[in-house]
Amino acid sequence: MPKNPNVKRVMVIGSGPIVIGQAAEFDYAGTQACRSLKEEGVEVILVNSNPATIMTDKDIADKVYIEPLTVKVLEQIIEKEKPDSILPTLGGQAGLNLGMELEESGFLAAHGVTLLGTTAATIRNAEGRQEFKDLMERIGEPCAASKVVENLEDGIDFTNSIGYPVVLRPAYTLGGSGGGIAHNQAELEEILENGLRLSRVGQVLVERCIAGWKEIEYEVMRDSAGNCITVCNMENIDPVGVHTGDSIVVAPSQTLSDKEYQMLRTSALNIINELRITGGCNVQFALHPTSFEYCVIEVNPRVSRSSALASKATGYPIAKVAAKIALGYTLDEIKNAITQKTYASFEPTLDYCVVKLPRLPFDKFITAKRTLTTQMKATGEVMSICDSFEGALMKAIRSLEQHVDCLLSYDFSGLSVEELEKRLKVVDDQRIWVIAEAIRKGISYETIHNITMIDVWFIDKIAILVEMEQALRTQELTVPLLKEAKRIEFPDNVIARLTGKREEEIKKLRYDNGIRAAYKMVDTCAAEFAASTPYYYSVYGGECEARETRGRKKVLVLGSGPIRIGQGIEFDYCSVHATWAFSKAGYETIIINNNPETVSTDFDIADKLYFEPLTPEDVESIVNIEKPDGAVVQFGGQTAIKLTESLMKMGVPILGTKAEDVDAAEDRELFDKILEETQIPRAAGGTVYTAEEAKEVANRLGYPVLVRPSYVLGGQGMQIAISDAEIEEFMAIINRIAQDHPILVDKYLQGKEIEVDAVCDGRDILIPGIMEHIERTGVHSGDSISVYPAPTIGRLIKEKIAEYTRRLAKALHVKGLINIQFIAIGEDVYVIEVNPRSSRTVPYISKVTGIPIVDLATEVIIGKTIRELGYEPGLQPEAEYYAIKMPVFSFEKIRGAEISLGPEMKSTGECLGIARDFNEALYKAFLGAGVSLPKYKNMIITVKDADKGEAIEIGRRFEKLGYTIYATRSTAAALNEAGVKARKVNKISQESPTVMDLILGHKIDLVIDTPTQGRDKSRDGFLIRRTAIETGVHCITAMDTAKALVTSLENASNDLTLVDVAKL
Amino acid sequence: MKAFLILEDGTVFEGIHIGADREIISEIVFNTSMAGYLEVLTDPSYAGQAVCMTYPLIGNYGICKDDMESLKPWPDGLLVRELSRIPSNFRCDLSIQQFLEENNVPGVAGIDTRALTKILREKGTMNGMITTNENFVLEEILPEIKKYVTGKVVERVSCKEKFVVPPSLTLEQNGPLSGEAKFDSGLYGSGGREGRPSLVKELNGVGLRVALLDLGAKDNIARSLAERGCEVTVYPCSTSAEEIIASNPDGIMLSNGPGDPKECEDIIREIRKLYDTDIPIFAICLGHQLMALATGADTYKMKYGHRGGNHPVKDLQTGRVYISSQNHGYVVDMDKLDPKVAVPAFINVNDGTNEGLAYTGKNIFTVQYHPESCPGPQDSRYLFDRFIRMMRGDAGEGLLDTPGNQ
Repeated sequence: MPKNPNVKRVMVIGSGPIVIGQAAEFDYAGTQACRSLKEEGVEVILVNSNPATIMTDKDIADKVYIEPLTVKVLEQIIEKEKPDSILPTLGGQAGLNLGMELEESGFLAAHGVTLLGTTAATIRNAEGRQEFKDLMERIGEPCAASKVVENLEDGIDFTNSIGYPVVLRPAYTLGGSGGGIAHNQAELEEILENGLRLSRVGQVLVERCIAGWKEIEYEVMRDSAGNCITVCNMENIDPVGVHTGDSIVVAPSQTLSDKEYQMLRTSALNIINELRITGGCNVQFALHPTSFEYCVIEVNPRVSRSSALASKATGYPIAKVAAKIALGYTLDEIKNAITQKTYASFEPTLDYCVVKLPRLPFDKFITAKRTLTTQMKATGEVMSICDSFEGALMKAIRSLEQHVDCLLSYDFSGLSVEELEKRLKVVDDQRIWVIAEAIRKGISYETIHNITMIDVWFIDKIAILVEMEQALRTQELTVPLLKEAKRIEFPDNVIARLTGKREEEIKKLRYDNGIRAAYKMVDTCAAEFAASTPYYYSVYGGECEARETRGRKKVLVLGSGPIRIGQGIEFDYCSVHATWAFSKAGYETIIINNNPETVSTDFDIADKLYFEPLTPEDVESIVNIEKPDGAVVQFGGQTAIKLTESLMKMGVPILGTKAEDVDAAEDRELFDKILEETQIPRAAGGTVYTAEEAKEVANRLGYPVLVRPSYVLGGQGMQIAISDAEIEEFMAIINRIAQDHPILVDKYLQGKEIEVDAVCDGRDILIPGIMEHIERTGVHSGDSISVYPAPTIGRLIKEKIAEYTRRLAKALHVKGLINIQFIAIGEDVYVIEVNPRSSRTVPYISKVTGIPIVDLATEVIIGKTIRELGYEPGLQPEAEYYAIKMPVFSFEKIRGAEISLGPEMKSTGECLGIARDFNEALYKAFLGAGVSLPKYKNMIITVKDADKGEAIEIGRRFEKLGYTIYATRSTAAALNEAGVKARKVNKISQESPTVMDLILGHKIDLVIDTPTQGRDKSRDGFLIRRTAIETGVHCITAMDTAKALVTSLENASNDLTLVDVAKL
Repeated sequence: MKAFLILEDGTVFEGIHIGADREIISEIVFNTSMAGYLEVLTDPSYAGQAVCMTYPLIGNYGICKDDMESLKPWPDGLLVRELSRIPSNFRCDLSIQQFLEENNVPGVAGIDTRALTKILREKGTMNGMITTNENFVLEEILPEIKKYVTGKVVERVSCKEKFVVPPSLTLEQNGPLSGEAKFDSGLYGSGGREGRPSLVKELNGVGLRVALLDLGAKDNIARSLAERGCEVTVYPCSTSAEEIIASNPDGIMLSNGPGDPKECEDIIREIRKLYDTDIPIFAICLGHQLMALATGADTYKMKYGHRGGNHPVKDLQTGRVYISSQNHGYVVDMDKLDPKVAVPAFINVNDGTNEGLAYTGKNIFTVQYHPESCPGPQDSRYLFDRFIRMMRGDAGEGLLDTPGNQ
């Protein structure tokens, strides 16, 4: 069937800010789909509140609205832009829910807008728990015994009838938010109550627990003619019970015979057919490990995290094909972009093994529970490809960048056999390391399997890796042994450690014996057809298909690895734009990255894609073949920066700012010298290695001080210390991991925090704009509300900042991007930190100023000057709009995580509020972050003494808005004394009703709780904040944020102005 | 122990010896299925060939005897990247290593199967030798390797005596059916063991008697008919058309099988006689090619064939596309079809080659691919229902009855 000629203007809904369970994969899918639509001559109107995305670029869509994703806003955009169709299946659950609300209210019909692709009826059938169950029953597809309940009593009754344990799944939530397994009534009540609240429709599915069964997924495509194919199947190594987003996943399935494989494949096709999905769909199964019994767990009638993974694992562009299907094409009409010979109706077949590991945030949230459940906790993931499972697992491990490079990286050797068996019962992110230790201690496969329910095949593979460790430790390192170690992807440094040799020796031994990585192509067809798209992975022991190409100048772009807090999608945005800019300038481009969720690992972004770990050894193997003319590291975040030194050793020139200048910005002494030369003040400080030294410096400076490791992103490990005791605590945390670089201790200054991104060509600088943070210093810049143009600082300060930026950029010989954070106190400006590289704010500031910063930086790196590029150097004129970047958090997903803001970054994503009027921009920013108030007009204030003055002012303003204020004893006293009516509530330790009861009563809009000085040790405060977050109550921990919120509420308006960012 | 694969173009792959310690020369082909190595090994169509599996990890779930498509493995050799050290599956009876040894099949593991596949793709299917002799002299053995021809293999794989597969009459329990000759009791059990769900939705074949000409039939062809209620009589390939016609069957099924279809002159002659009757005929793979040759069409050898479970075939009448299970090295030449005799009914979406024919004015339809799957997608099982409706004389015989087409 050819393209539907009636589709001319399509509105695409994005997924909004990055949160756990809904991450970069939707930027990848959305970008791919938009390009696919534009290819067909369709005009694309894009709506997404997330400014860090590539999909919100003006070259991806024709009209771009970075506006809050609410029904109201979407309605306004539809009225303004008059699209004929809307595509809601690319924006994750958030986008799908919005599409459904628009459809259900009749708005779409009234405005003549068609839902493209899968119909609303289908979505209801797939997403509504009861509808889905009924449908499965009708076509004879088994589901676990289950019931949809809308209240606690029904849940308890039903569970009593089927028996514990039961799984709870709220309807219409992301990443299984609020789900869990209940083993008894207490657990059932807790999880069910939470789930009912989180569900958009107040429904929770109570289901027979099938934990321990194999979890198998199929990615399926169907077109409007009814043709269906499966793109890929995947097996979760972690059996049912762990969210697939947190599971180790392998593709294709490894332990299924063809009978099981085809049984589930046929079931998946039956389901997609019966649901009449047009586009992509994900079907999850639980398969009994010792019978053919299976259950359908769930169906996602849209592109998903799994579909992004399947796309990268197979080379089959699911989102692109889904977009074409939505336009009316059938699978046999769509060419396979990789082979150019086959069609989209061809099922990919793999001749390699793919392993995905989740990137879990427990290094950020050290107080959080590490256990993995049906509630997803991972912020990102890594994928690796190899011709053996062992090799793929080893590569994935070292791609995580969590100080792990083999199965010895977490040390459980101190545990006895009994302790290990007990530890095996704990399902957390370290489980495979525990299994490895269990094997070392001689615990049988059977025992390990019986405890973990992980298939014996995978346990044996881990055993093969453990045996290799042992062989390397005890045997002479012969060439055959080294070959075998490399075949299963032991990195040189691990081999060196185990054999007591130096890494250089191992490398030499390899090279002397011709043991080098070879590169194979991902071609969707297992070499059956010649493929034209160079998408590579490495193996040892095989023919190399990658060839050194010549002709054009060649640049290596290093990606930013897995999405984690502090290093998110922004860096992928920068990598992709740099790649495009190099390409435009005539360069051949090569990307190395290992993140399956991103645009940069789409096979048609760079001329060549190497899906590989970002370690020096892995990069060197590629460099040996490609011999690039240079590498850029300034766009790939800390991941790429960390590789600078190694690249130079390999003889690869670093394009742009030189490595020694990057060092100068990080190295305390060198940097102090530069500041002296340039006469720029900074907070006094010193560098230390030990707690003793740190205390000495702190006492010399006077508390409070800021303690942080160098060479990190996102303020990892950064803390404000107010006492010697805290110094000791923080230093211990930082030194848990051996530090290659000294730790910095600085005097903590309180003032306005200012941030700039600039491009420097070595002579001139270009500053697109100055951003001011709403929160004063002390809150990490990534967690602060950031406003452009800076609203409260004067011309003089701005000039000073521009001048300091110019001086610093010149002193550091920056060629390309530089990001600087300042503190403004009165008329004084101090520098906090200089990063001669791209930053988190680059995409945002590029979009709102209309200045393509990454493109300019790339041109500058190639040799153009700012003037040649048509820009007048210096601080650019301010835009007519206020653009406010609002951090978004995922605290509710991470049990036990401390939510109060501090110098260490905690947000997972961001959204934008843009308007001519500051207050409206602020309102939009809060709205985009999901703060939709007021509801009940009740709030709680409990602040530390130093904040009481500000709390009074804030309280007064909330009171004016009609809020009833509850406050704990001293806060209530202060408020009442100042004439702000506050009702006193008891502390948790006091008798009921306490502040906790109040929060749990579900009638509270907001809690303002500022932790006592330093790191909050009070169990009370922590409990209040956690309870608030987990019951869906907004919780604010900084007075500046509270002030901003009340300002935004005072200016709330139902009628928002819309800004087409593509026109800026 | 070291083992070698030596191709007729002189390429040598060194790997580790697996299976039987035996030197063989055979035609080297590759299969792209990611699962189903046992079904591949026991598919008689591989007689006279050695198979390279493109998926690198083979043997993961061991050997589940229930899944065998015939009594023994037929390929002369097996070529893999990696053979799993241990098998893991609840139905596993033995490891693939044991299976290969017990059945005297040699092989090589640890070779770059992707590089091998690329050679076969670029240069076409060719002969090769599997040996553990390290002291081979290329100049001496290459002429030997080149000399090899698959020859007449159908006789070798076909059953020696006819036997009956009775219908399995309940949907819940599809076996075991007690067969004779190569159908021992264990084989038919797979349908019912541990409640493996049957794909059959109705027993529409009850009372129908099918004559299955065994040219190297995979068990699942007879099983698919028996599951639907048919009684299937399996005939050796040497059976005369007269004998089959005299048994007065409701329909005739021509099975898959190995080798060059043009080598089967005798069988082609008999099939021509079957064509001339009015008995409904459904043919698969080699059966499809022989029917084409019997009615004046031509076949040719493809460069490297279709072997795998992912090829899309298009039903030209409905426009629907199905993912199919494939195993063939020869194909019917569509340019030489006489539309008065037969017209293309299915084509391969990738390369446009023929995948099925509808015979003009006849109750005959034939397909190049494998609706019985095993291994591979089950999307085309509906063709058995179509055959049954044809035998019942249902009007229109349900060409439009395609799954998901509502």
